Amino acid sequence: MRYAMAVDTRKCVGCSDCVVACQTENNVPIGYCREWIVEVVDGTYPQLEMEIRSERCNHCANSPCVRCCPTGASHYSDGGIVLVEAGECIGCGACIASCPYDARYPHPEGYVDKCTFCIHRIKSGMKPACVEVCPTKCLYFGDLDDLNSDVTTVLKERKYKTLIPEAGTEPQLYFLI
Amino acid sequence: MTSRRKFIKISLYGAGALAVGAGVYKAAALFSRPPKTGELIVDLTRTPTYCEICFWKCAGWVYKTSEGKIWKVVGNDDDQHCNGRFCPRGTGGPGMYYDEERLKTPLIRVEERGSQVFREASWDEALDYIAVKMKEIAAKYGPESMALFTHGSGSSYFSTLFRAYGSVNIAEPSYAQCRGPRDEAFLATFGEEVYSPEITDIRDTRCLVLIGSHIGENMHNGQVQEMSDAIDKGAVIITVDPRFSTAAGKSDYWLPIKPATDMALLLSWIHEIIYNEYYDREYVEKNCIGFDALKDHVRDFTPEWAYGITTIKPELIRKTAKEMANASPSVIVHPGRHVTWYGDDTQRVRAVAILNALLGSWGRRGGFYRPARYELAQIVMPAFKEPSKTWQDLFPGKYPVASTAVTNVLIDASISENNSGYPIKGWFVNATNLVLTVPDSNKTLKAIGNLDLIVAVDTMPMEITGWADVVLPECTYLERYDSLRVSPHRKPAIALRMPAAEPMYNTRPAYLIARELSKKLGLESYFPNEKQEDLLDWQLKEAGSSLEEMKKIGVRTFERDYDDIYIAEDEQVEFFTDSGKIELYSTYLEQFGFDPLPKYTPHEEPPEGFYRLIYGRAPMHTFSRTSNNPNLTDLMDENKIWVNPKVAKEWGLVSDQLIWLRNQDDVISQFPIKVRITERIRWDSVYMVHGFGHAQKQMKRCFGKGASDTQLITKVLVDPLMGGTGMRGNFVTFVTEKTGKEAAL
Repeated sequence: MRYAMAVDTRKCVGCSDCVVACQTENNVPIGYCREWIVEVVDGTYPQLEMEIRSERCNHCANSPCVRCCPTGASHYSDGGIVLVEAGECIGCGACIASCPYDARYPHPEGYVDKCTFCIHRIKSGMKPACVEVCPTKCLYFGDLDDLNSDVTTVLKERKYKTLIPEAGTEPQLYFLI
Repeated sequence: MTSRRKFIKISLYGAGALAVGAGVYKAAALFSRPPKTGELIVDLTRTPTYCEICFWKCAGWVYKTSEGKIWKVVGNDDDQHCNGRFCPRGTGGPGMYYDEERLKTPLIRVEERGSQVFREASWDEALDYIAVKMKEIAAKYGPESMALFTHGSGSSYFSTLFRAYGSVNIAEPSYAQCRGPRDEAFLATFGEEVYSPEITDIRDTRCLVLIGSHIGENMHNGQVQEMSDAIDKGAVIITVDPRFSTAAGKSDYWLPIKPATDMALLLSWIHEIIYNEYYDREYVEKNCIGFDALKDHVRDFTPEWAYGITTIKPELIRKTAKEMANASPSVIVHPGRHVTWYGDDTQRVRAVAILNALLGSWGRRGGFYRPARYELAQIVMPAFKEPSKTWQDLFPGKYPVASTAVTNVLIDASISENNSGYPIKGWFVNATNLVLTVPDSNKTLKAIGNLDLIVAVDTMPMEITGWADVVLPECTYLERYDSLRVSPHRKPAIALRMPAAEPMYNTRPAYLIARELSKKLGLESYFPNEKQEDLLDWQLKEAGSSLEEMKKIGVRTFERDYDDIYIAEDEQVEFFTDSGKIELYSTYLEQFGFDPLPKYTPHEEPPEGFYRLIYGRAPMHTFSRTSNNPNLTDLMDENKIWVNPKVAKEWGLVSDQLIWLRNQDDVISQFPIKVRITERIRWDSVYMVHGFGHAQKQMKRCFGKGASDTQLITKVLVDPLMGGTGMRGNFVTFVTEKTGKEAAL
């Protein structure tokens, strides 16, 4: 089992619904977020191109955050989901420094927090909150080992890229282009 | 500004004194229900609602924590408005409920030691005060001298109250400050408006044309979803905008038009479509009148002619016209929603309507579908008295095409030196922040100075409440029942809103406010149901459902009576126009002396060193209403002024530099705004998101954040047909130092 997510940059309008749905679903404190929007504009008016991306933890298969965690709080869970066990985290911030995607933040309660792919929802057969709420249906989630999952299907059909592949972290967040 | 009524800072009734009433709750424990990582959430009761953060009214479910606190709101899968997916504003709905700066108790303006302050009042006192004043106004001037300005779900109750009281001066800013010209243009052409949600069949379209309509930034949920479906299906998207909008970034064609020249482009498209015989000949011959006059009218409006005006290259105009023709009739030239731009807006949207008629898209799959609406049973109530005077008697002969009262006309009639047919002496303002909603705030404030009574109903201490004599705190949509939602859509449907929690603080639902006031005015026979839910239950039972059932399902969708969502091949259609046909040439407009066919008129251009002020929407906010919502402020807490890099270089501006904006009338923004240097805006324009620059200190999250475009819109280009306030004719320049001459609200 290998959970992954694909983001269709052709459809994403950057509305931030994923951000706020994640915040309410997971009780992320006001002022912090597990997801964010990136807008990249290329060219000179009026020859312009724009890519809008909904971003979050890449749940890397070769995660520097897991490797560098001194207490083992950062770990791989079911399907390769990278999690932080709040009770074991000492808030040292090594993982924050090691993440090439800047996907983690220090929770005011003293531990490091990040996207969990809404593992609590997946376990009861639901999709992550961001996937379920997205008005443009630009987020696809599922198991890459399941040949019929949404994410496998869309990655077969469409061109895609990953972010900062040169970091060698084997990211599992795919961007459809 | 000379007014006996001074602005009262709402901080005078801060959090401390909440002694009135029993509903004193603490909102501090905002988000105290974290599911820890991996913890399964179980046993959540859910309550049906439909959203009130914008007018789309998506139906959803309110989930609560095991302690019974409101946790999240998610879409109802069976709802056509949202298909189970809320937009960011709806998802952030709990923030409206938890906002600790909400209005908490009724307030009455009093003189105290020479200054005006609010004193807390009981509901009974506050409503008594209003009733006494309303009776005085009715006796002295007539009931039509009271005006209702209103928005949202509470409108129907206060409208009933006003009709019963004897006034039809009931105006919504959503008309003259927003969609009014569109409604009138489509009524004049097809005899029918485009409704809300719009009847655009985007999900099945093959070509979507957006003119200044920024779907994706305006988060009109169903349309955003369907545009996404259309992208998946390979529809051609054409976007006309001086700004590289989000939609432009998704488009096959972006036409970076010179602002204020849209009419020229539309006329040249009509020219192309007629003279290349791209139009749907059979449809036009069968359904339209005035084709020959139109053909003659647009003879000279070639793409070359339009190029000189719009800066859009002729081949691009030709190519896009061909794309529309290729997709016809599954093509939508989108009517837009906020269309009050340059004062010739009804005529511009007429050109849009004409294009759609030529392409045969009205009543066709992938064009405009025919909506269906569930007609609820209505209780029998006494007939309303016929008012002796209406809003049309205020300035006789003005705005003859307006089908409803016009906010700015009511404001004008409140200023005594304007010599209206009769004076407006009292305002009842429900859920609309007129000071930031209607342009030329100074005029609004001058009018307020002339009133005998002003009442504001709101959930938040919006600027307008600071000018009120009585402030009535309404509870949020999460704390009340409201009328059943029966908006037209592809299928008729009913949606229920019911309280997920008791009203916080000493707040009340609008229905109860209107009903209690009706009693004090002797008009209670218009509100026979003490509890609104009894009325809803009766209506639902008449519809073959019940409150009990609707609590479980939230939305009930019915099949259409007839299979008539699109015009059938052999159907003879009777349109609701005078001629029964689609009127390309409008005899209706002609009878009032207006152009029966739309014409291009050049609009004023920015003076040297000034830039056209364009404003728009951000997906996470609705007007100026959501700017203090903790969840939504977290996504965006200020607006920025978009400046083209060439312009920024010329002025030496850097990113995030705080500057003030000064308009052509020397009005300087009250607050500074950060610069956003971006290629996404033309060099002759600047852009900002509407709804920021709040001047009300009690709203701490939004006070002084960004600038208010409304404040800078002092030149208002009024549409002579229907009174819409064109707001895109203002120009601003940059002020890099504080001058002390900034405007104040």
